[in-house]
Amino acid sequence: MRLGKVVGRVVSTKKLPCLDGLTLLLVQPLDQHKREEGPLIVAFDTVKAGEGDVVFYEGGKEAAQANPNGWFNPADAAILGIVDAVNAEEAL
Amino acid sequence: MIIGDVVANVVSTEKHPDYVGHKLLMVQPLDAYGKAKGKTVLAVDGVQAGVGDRVLLVDEGGSARNVIGDEGALRIRTAVCGIIDRIDIEEHT
Repeated sequence: MRLGKVVGRVVSTKKLPCLDGLTLLLVQPLDQHKREEGPLIVAFDTVKAGEGDVVFYEGGKEAAQANPNGWFNPADAAILGIVDAVNAEEAL
Repeated sequence: MIIGDVVANVVSTEKHPDYVGHKLLMVQPLDAYGKAKGKTVLAVDGVQAGVGDRVLLVDEGGSARNVIGDEGALRIRTAVCGIIDRIDIEEHT
């Protein structure tokens, strides 16, 4: 599971049926100070997140399990929550 | 399992039902000498850890669900399963 920020939306018309109805969002992974960390990923949404929201997402089999179209599908990242606050230790 | 430092508390209200009632912690993975190594990850807390604690992290679904005691929470993969008191390691010269 990682922290990320939704930075955009991905629109795809021709895709596998098991991905139908899913909203695909572009997510920038973040560290504890909400600085960018690593390359962008595409994740499907389960919590009605939108552009600008800080979210947490899970990868792998656990992400596929969150797909309402059945668990055997090629989705490998799912947004599972919208983050209200990140209370980080102050950098010394 | 990996070693890490808890660097932040993450608060979320709108989340998948599997995560309701669980505290989320952000963990910075470490190498054997306590230096940060790799990208931060989020984990469900299974041992009442907090910011500043050095912890053991399990990043495998079946084990993580066992740690939190909810085998039906199929969307949970990462959990904090221990607080580390001390690491003894042979010094390299």
